[in-house]
Amino acid sequence: MLGRTLQEVSAALKQGQITPTELCQKCLSLIKKTKFLNAYITVSEEVALKQAEESEKRYKNGQSLGDLDGIPVAVKDNFSTSGIETTCASNMLKGYIPPYNATVVQKLLDQGALLMGKTNLDEFAMGSGSTDGIFGPVKNPWSYSKQYREKRKQNPHSKNEDSDWLITGGSSGGSAAAVSAFTCYAALGSDTGGSTRNPAAHCGLVGFKPSYGLVSRHGLIPLVNSMDVPGILTRCVDDAAIVLGALAGPDPKDSTTVHDPINKPFMLPSLADVSKLCIGIPKEYLIPELSSEVRSLWSKAADLFESEGAKVLEVSLPHTSYSIVCYHVLCTSEVASNMARFDGLQYGHRCDINVSTEAMYAATRREGFNDVVRGRILSGNFFLLKENYENYFVKAQKVRRLIANDFVNAFNSGVDVLLTPTTLSEAVPYLEFIKEDNRTRSAQDDIFTQAVNMAGLPAVSIPVALSNQGLPIGLQFIGRAFCDQQLLTVAKWFEKQVMHVLCKKGEKEKHYKRKKKSLVTSPSDITLRNNIEELHGQNTKKEIK
Amino acid sequence: GFTSKADPQGSGRITAQVIEHLERLALVDFGSCEAVARLEKAIAFADRLRAVDTDGVEPMESVLEDRCLYLRSDNVVEGNCADELLQNSHRVVEEYFVAPPGNISLPKLDEQEPFPHS
Repeated sequence: MLGRTLQEVSAALKQGQITPTELCQKCLSLIKKTKFLNAYITVSEEVALKQAEESEKRYKNGQSLGDLDGIPVAVKDNFSTSGIETTCASNMLKGYIPPYNATVVQKLLDQGALLMGKTNLDEFAMGSGSTDGIFGPVKNPWSYSKQYREKRKQNPHSKNEDSDWLITGGSSGGSAAAVSAFTCYAALGSDTGGSTRNPAAHCGLVGFKPSYGLVSRHGLIPLVNSMDVPGILTRCVDDAAIVLGALAGPDPKDSTTVHDPINKPFMLPSLADVSKLCIGIPKEYLIPELSSEVRSLWSKAADLFESEGAKVLEVSLPHTSYSIVCYHVLCTSEVASNMARFDGLQYGHRCDINVSTEAMYAATRREGFNDVVRGRILSGNFFLLKENYENYFVKAQKVRRLIANDFVNAFNSGVDVLLTPTTLSEAVPYLEFIKEDNRTRSAQDDIFTQAVNMAGLPAVSIPVALSNQGLPIGLQFIGRAFCDQQLLTVAKWFEKQVMHVLCKKGEKEKHYKRKKKSLVTSPSDITLRNNIEELHGQNTKKEIK
Repeated sequence: GFTSKADPQGSGRITAQVIEHLERLALVDFGSCEAVARLEKAIAFADRLRAVDTDGVEPMESVLEDRCLYLRSDNVVEGNCADELLQNSHRVVEEYFVAPPGNISLPKLDEQEPFPHS
């Protein structure tokens, strides 16, 4: 049951095959067993069980609230949750209990979802590895998959079994690990520069970033107000559409949400043929740092569309090489402003100094923020200094327009959807990742994802295949603004072409021979469905530090 | 100070004066020479923007610039939650958040105690 999709479990609940309480307890039990992943900061066991009880009553009375009723979900710990500690993985907010729910959290609860807990992240969502929070790094569940372990055994240099565990990517790594390890069916992440799509690609999940303005940011502790959006992590595209259906829509508490009418429920049609579709391939995204495996999959994906009748065009996004720099300036500037609210007076950490307000604020912030956050605040303040404002901040805003226009031009040339890699390579081991600092890593890892945030477009990462190391690789689709439904429809079609769904080993062989065009290079599941026993087995044998 | 140990190849923009100024504005301290070096690298990185021709380009503040912002009607619909909000603060007296005295500037860099090295 835990390996099913949200849609499947929802049907099972409606048919009475399982009760919300049973489902909740299974998930809670698995959360305990997978504690070593460090995906959760807070597990809201009592809250979830109470919600399950209420959901069960509704099902008994035939009054279920919808597809999300009774479904275990997890929420990244930078979304405010009433009565539940919300820390942003920072000392600044350790112990902070918000008095309200973020709008997206409230919407999930209103639909009857069960809140399993708050997931781990990089401190204040700054990072691309989920390694820089005060609760420690998140481990990628794929580090413990059969495929990866077998490959590592062949490596004579790998020392103790757990020294080479992999990062999840970030900053929504906890949410990705939670869904990937089957402890919940969907999780909320946030996406400012790729923070939902990056861990989705590394953990074999669908990571969806909605158009800016489609989903409310009220209650999402802000990083960059002009780029942040709540993100959705699920195991398949249909699940993401179900969650989006619950979350999308105007919010009077967030004036940056748009009031366009949205068709609900968010049902995705099944595309019969893609002959009317035009896929754009941005040529500037073919960079030397791109791993050959990802490049090859990208190319095969383009070929697949072409062979099925779609038009595949090369497009140009000429300012691509400047987008990461532009992002760096705008992000740090907005961060400098947003982090100013943390002064210890009304909420959060407060130091013991009482000499003056300034001394108190300074010491509070020194104690509360880690180096990464402080570094970005200082950089941002530098760019906003009077003598630098025009040359850095305003300049970056101008470059932002050029980047956004690049996308507009590409879509105006007849392209419906862009196809790009999500990450440069598969997930790397933690020990490898920490060799470079946070800013360098973010600059490298966000390369394909952050331009999308600057233009406010919808984008989704879809798991495509396993690498030679047995690790998931994803590809990204980018759509036009507010054409989220169309984007997901294309993604769903693509997913169907590549995903092996619920195949037993024997059937998989048959399935393989039937499929003429397959992108999967090894006969193994893209998701961890068959490895769940392996995960259990690993954990009961030893305590992994 | 930190500048004497800072990267000699650096832009030279990070003078002691700038450090002090930034620390006052941000109310966040550098704390170490590495932090200053990191800022210099960040600035060098940002300098790459100079290569882009932005003549005649308007700055973009929001991707939703072509749309109007919706305003709520000016009616009070929630509030009266002083108790809940006060609970999150470390220091309150009745319905007040308690702050130390203001109007006292941070001591200048050379008057401060050296920061502990991280």
